[in-house]
Amino acid sequence: MDWMASLQGLIGGILIGLSATWLMATLGRIAGISGIIGTLVTTRPRGDSAWRLAFLLGLISGPIMLMLAGGGIGDSTFSLGNVAGAPGEVIGEPAGGIPLMLVAGLLVGLGTGLGSGCTSGHGVCGLSRLSVRSLVATVTFLVMGIITVFVVRHVIGGGA
Amino acid sequence: MKTTTLKTDRLKTLMGYVAGLIFGLGLAVSGMTDPARVIGFLDLAGAWDPTLMFVLGGAVVTNFIGYRLVLRRPNPVFGERFHLPTRTDLDARLIGGAALFGIGWGLSGYCPGPAFASIGGITGPLLAMLVTMVIGWFLARAIPARG
Repeated sequence: MDWMASLQGLIGGILIGLSATWLMATLGRIAGISGIIGTLVTTRPRGDSAWRLAFLLGLISGPIMLMLAGGGIGDSTFSLGNVAGAPGEVIGEPAGGIPLMLVAGLLVGLGTGLGSGCTSGHGVCGLSRLSVRSLVATVTFLVMGIITVFVVRHVIGGGA
Repeated sequence: MKTTTLKTDRLKTLMGYVAGLIFGLGLAVSGMTDPARVIGFLDLAGAWDPTLMFVLGGAVVTNFIGYRLVLRRPNPVFGERFHLPTRTDLDARLIGGAALFGIGWGLSGYCPGPAFASIGGITGPLLAMLVTMVIGWFLARAIPARG
């Protein structure tokens, strides 16, 4: 097992948890990405659009800051960001081409819209509140994700 | 009085930015902005990558403690009330939606957070996914909830 990746995962996870606590403490909001951005892009601008847009800009600038910081220390053992890729490379390559990603995006948008949440809203925030709805949603998307990867990689892809 | 409101609005926006920034840093530090790592976690039959388990575990434990401390207060610092979901029923919309999301997540390795957080390294396929994700959100709003 790659202990460095696990440690970075834990540190990143703690940051995500702190972000969720921060958003509840300051604005009283759940840190669910599909809810925050989904509401921002599908509704007319209103009173609470500003913090949603600011959240999105913050979300985008986080990895960019890490990329800029990681450029200088790429050779250190504790490489920042994407530990699987080249040192300093924070943002990974998409898993498929445009046709696959068009389908995946539609499923993710429709699914998180209908199911009222994604990995952050149900997974991080909902589980922290011990919500049964979020637990059922999280188990459901994890199981379907596992089945999908199994089919794509090991049934269709022949174990590649 | 007017200036006080304006100042509070600006602070609210700043709080939102800080939350997004910490979230984005967390995703990048943990390697979740790399779809290969996410798919590696979902691939139980392959060379399983446990990283996502540490990310979710670290986030949930931290936020569980954080929510316990924060929700004791009568209201958030810059808001009139805590906006918490109140529904407890398990319906087809929730489970069906989560199932569709899981398929899209498995195909791409992107859930909404990492997908938007990766805009700094935008590629054609990622852009395509972001566009249809937004279309999906509009479609979900157009499908009325039964009951």
